[in-house]
Amino acid sequence: MMKGTLSDRMGAALLMAPLLLFLILAYAWPFLGVVKWSFTLPTAGLGQYHALLTDDLVQSVFIRTLRIAAIVTVVSVTAAYAITVVWVRGSPVQRVLAEFCILVPFWISVLTRAFGWVALLSNRGLINTWLQSIGFISEPLTLVRNEFGVIVGMSHFLIPFAVFPLASAMRSLDERVLLAARGLGSSRMRTFWTVFVPMTRSGIIGSALIVFVFSLGFFVTPAILGGGRSVMIAELIYLRIFQSPDWGLGAAISVVLVVFVGALMALLFRYVKPKQLV
Amino acid sequence: MPTYRPGPVSLILAVLVALFLLMPLLAVIPVSLTPSRMLAMPTGELSLRHYRSLIEDPRWLESILLSLRIGMVSSIFSTVLALTFSLGVWMFQPRFTAALVGFVLLPMVVPPVVSAVTLYFLLTSVSGLTSFFGYDTWLGVAMAHSVMTVPFATVLILVSLSQLDRRIDLAARGLGAGVWERATRVIMPNIKFGIVTAALLSFVLSWEEIGVTLFITSVNAITLPRLMWMGLRDNIDPAIAALSVILIVITVLVLAVRSVVNRQRTGN
Repeated sequence: MMKGTLSDRMGAALLMAPLLLFLILAYAWPFLGVVKWSFTLPTAGLGQYHALLTDDLVQSVFIRTLRIAAIVTVVSVTAAYAITVVWVRGSPVQRVLAEFCILVPFWISVLTRAFGWVALLSNRGLINTWLQSIGFISEPLTLVRNEFGVIVGMSHFLIPFAVFPLASAMRSLDERVLLAARGLGSSRMRTFWTVFVPMTRSGIIGSALIVFVFSLGFFVTPAILGGGRSVMIAELIYLRIFQSPDWGLGAAISVVLVVFVGALMALLFRYVKPKQLV
Repeated sequence: MPTYRPGPVSLILAVLVALFLLMPLLAVIPVSLTPSRMLAMPTGELSLRHYRSLIEDPRWLESILLSLRIGMVSSIFSTVLALTFSLGVWMFQPRFTAALVGFVLLPMVVPPVVSAVTLYFLLTSVSGLTSFFGYDTWLGVAMAHSVMTVPFATVLILVSLSQLDRRIDLAARGLGAGVWERATRVIMPNIKFGIVTAALLSFVLSWEEIGVTLFITSVNAITLPRLMWMGLRDNIDPAIAALSVILIVITVLVLAVRSVVNRQRTGN
């Protein structure tokens, strides 16, 4: 191999430079600008970071975000597990149907899906209209513009993302172990809980971390289904920048969010290899 | 040979999850047919007025055209950048490849809202320099979308390069082909499918992008998702239901065609 000759290095540099330059100018440089905002607006110093630690509103939004992200993670991974079992191990017809139910929502935009939940859950939506028409309730139930709506909408968005790491773990599992357990007299339930689930552990961890990380920075679904009442971190950043306007605090929250997500990603890659996630 | 199949409990749970996944997509159909001007279930009579308003209201058409233009420009731009970068990685395997690829993938892993603040900073900073490029301009949106889609395009092209047999490139090189010929006449024809997929995915991601767009547009560059957002936040406009039904039908058709094509490709 003639690796490392001058013309080779030139070729590599010429081919790789455009994208690297583009991202340095359009992404790395402005990100440093945001970091600068967090230290200089409105006055120079650590004031914004101090505010993060003391401001009651910011604190309550952080806690709400962590709580919603944790609930959404449990709901999404459990639901994804149930449908992935059928997608990976079902009969051919069951597999096609499961794949359809996973991929169609996956490819539909986040706005359309959030709107679908508004159509179902709002006061004059499908569920309330139906419950009222059969006389089950007289006043419409409040199903959106609260945390319930946010959790439902976010779980719906994230289930397909939770499916892929689980599917990869279930595919790489040796079927003979399961058949051996059944052959030795273990019941279906017991085989599932003591053999199948433990063998897909890496998929469960990967899928939970992906869903959790995604939930932390979620913007569209909480903003629509929360109706301004259950504000999460991402919406708080938007409000600080466009409504208050308090660019410094918005920037400081962004920086904290990146650091937190970065730490979680580092944790993710300690437990799972990137290849197991797809 | 016996196989391990899911039992009845698993099947029932999976059906419940499937219903949960499809429910909101089905719910928009009756809402789109309501004769009322507000979001409501049709009572008795059905109407296509909201489908008609999609054609008659110029705002919808304008935003669709704008989204198409932004999608095409940003998709071409990000695919070309991703392609040259990936060719550089594959052909020369330079040092620090892992770090460079990691850097390129950053916009994909950083929370979208932080990327949105970053691009807002960028576009408001350059707004003072020119009037056609910057905050709330279509070119600014196209560039911001390129930042967000280029990691996905790069991943797809790198994956299809990784399945390519290195020996055909070595043969071309041994026979005296230069870098340009190797890239355009040997490597690229072999990863055509990956390049097209990267361009399509970039387009789709730009077409439905809302998180970043919300931060970098206000009154001029109203893309389709931005217009839907406005209709969803204030007074919910049932035209959104009609639009959603159309988008869902297109998605289902594309997926169906793709699965048929895939079956034929693997069948041969």
